Amino acid sequence: MTRSSLTSRWSYYITGTALAILFLSPLLWSGWASLRTGTGFGLENYDRLFTSDNGIRVHHVVNSLTVSALTVAGTLLVATLGGYAFGRFRFPGRDLLFLLTLAILMVPYATILIALYVLLGWIGLQDSLIGLSLVLIMFQLPFSIFMMRNSFEAVPRELEESAQVDGCNSVSTLLRIMLPAVKPGLVTVGLFAFLTSWSEFFAPLILLNSTDQFTTTLAVVNMRTASHGSIDYAALEAGVVFMAVPCLLLFAFMQRSYVRGFTSGALKG
Amino acid sequence: MSTLTPPRSGKARPLPAPEAPRPPRRFRRSAARSRAALGALYATPTAVMVGLFFLVPLVLVGWMSLHKWPLLGAPTMNMPDNYTRIADNELVESAVWFTVKYTVLMTVLLFAVAFGLALLVQQRRRGVGFLRTAFLLPMAVGFASASLLFLGLLSDEIGPISDLLRKLGVIDGYVSWTSGSSESALGSAMVLVLWRFAGFNMLILLTGLQAIPLEVYEAARIDGASRWQTFRRVTIPLMRPTIALVLTMMITGSLLAFDQFWILTRGGPDNSTTSLVMVIYREAFIRLDLGSAAAISVALLAVLVVFNVIQLGVLRRRS
Repeated sequence: MTRSSLTSRWSYYITGTALAILFLSPLLWSGWASLRTGTGFGLENYDRLFTSDNGIRVHHVVNSLTVSALTVAGTLLVATLGGYAFGRFRFPGRDLLFLLTLAILMVPYATILIALYVLLGWIGLQDSLIGLSLVLIMFQLPFSIFMMRNSFEAVPRELEESAQVDGCNSVSTLLRIMLPAVKPGLVTVGLFAFLTSWSEFFAPLILLNSTDQFTTTLAVVNMRTASHGSIDYAALEAGVVFMAVPCLLLFAFMQRSYVRGFTSGALKG
Repeated sequence: MSTLTPPRSGKARPLPAPEAPRPPRRFRRSAARSRAALGALYATPTAVMVGLFFLVPLVLVGWMSLHKWPLLGAPTMNMPDNYTRIADNELVESAVWFTVKYTVLMTVLLFAVAFGLALLVQQRRRGVGFLRTAFLLPMAVGFASASLLFLGLLSDEIGPISDLLRKLGVIDGYVSWTSGSSESALGSAMVLVLWRFAGFNMLILLTGLQAIPLEVYEAARIDGASRWQTFRRVTIPLMRPTIALVLTMMITGSLLAFDQFWILTRGGPDNSTTSLVMVIYREAFIRLDLGSAAAISVALLAVLVVFNVIQLGVLRRRS
């Protein structure tokens, strides 16, 4: 091995390690800070997080879980049917609808949420978790429809045709033959829908009014905005950890589909 | 779905019996028609969602921008007032300048860091998987949570940063990073965004880098190109679509900045870190003037659409 390649290897490892420490340290610090108490380490901060006046309550967590479940289920349903339609069928208006779906990417959140707020009021879904979920599903559609269309297109046609020869109707072909074949796509879409809906802040901030309907993110942020003067930073970090742990666990288990998902979605979307 | 019937054939015919010796063309056409109907049926939920929650609000926001639209009570038409008042609104003016400044600084810095990281983890070496995961992990934390994390990290009460810098002698006394001065507030937000989003952009640039065939590099090496020449003449031109995509996403994201300022700096000190989206929120839910908020939204939307069209143009020229 030449001297210069040895030097470059060393500089690579030193730079890499230093950067990895920089990127990981805030995460590790928040875990540490959430456990540190005046006298040592313990769960006091978490206790305050769930009991103090400004803290989070069980119903906030239930709200978050409800919104996430509705969003994941709704996204999977709409994107599976839509992806199947776009990937396997030709019908009038198909290309226009696909283009419109992708156009959602061009019109970001912040610019139409005011109108969505008014619209949800008209249809009686103001300040409701269902209304919020519908909006989150809509914002998930460009990525998830694109992902599912590609998944369905990749399934060999013979598989579908042989099922129909065997007497399956369209719906049972979709359920019994196609769905197992597109499972990796479904996992990616579901994972994305969960991560987005679980940690979303701006849409709930605008669409939810009453503290009873708040999601956990809103409730934790509220610990900062509602407190005049002193902020309970330690309990705040406990809240951060509480919100982040499910996402980090999911990320650890499903890193592969997470990475594949947002590169394929982002590159072509 | 009523437009499915082709004009020539008039009413739908009953499906031909399979044993009858019919011309195969007609059979195929009617089968295709029912298949098209089926496809349209599967696409209906998507169409409803896109129509109701995307197209309607898009038109509505334009319609609202032409009205005096209070949060409660009936709206009244006030045609160009909401737009002309944008020009008189001093907070809008300062927010525009701040948002543009933030966008330029953030895009340059984030691109440099993300590209640097992508080049660092480009080759398969021992430990590269660990590095990629380390850079990506902040992405798993929600942006609002990440902002709160940094609020604590930068605070003087429990955060280690001030203590560390005091020990190193960089600062002395008490420094409030998030609300002390407009520069430090902006800097805090930028460090937060770098931490949270560098890995994501690294990943997209990395897929672009890996799509370049190895033969191209070999050819460059045989031609005697230096490392820098290869980077400038081979890597950068072949990466153009990916770079265009990443830059557009960074610019769009920065123009829409909200969470980091709302949570970390609260727009202060003295409104010096108030972004445009914060102004939209303020107009709508603090000043209770939805029409004015809609007008600013429409203006912002127009700028973003222009950016996206330019990006599509750049991407299409390549392919």
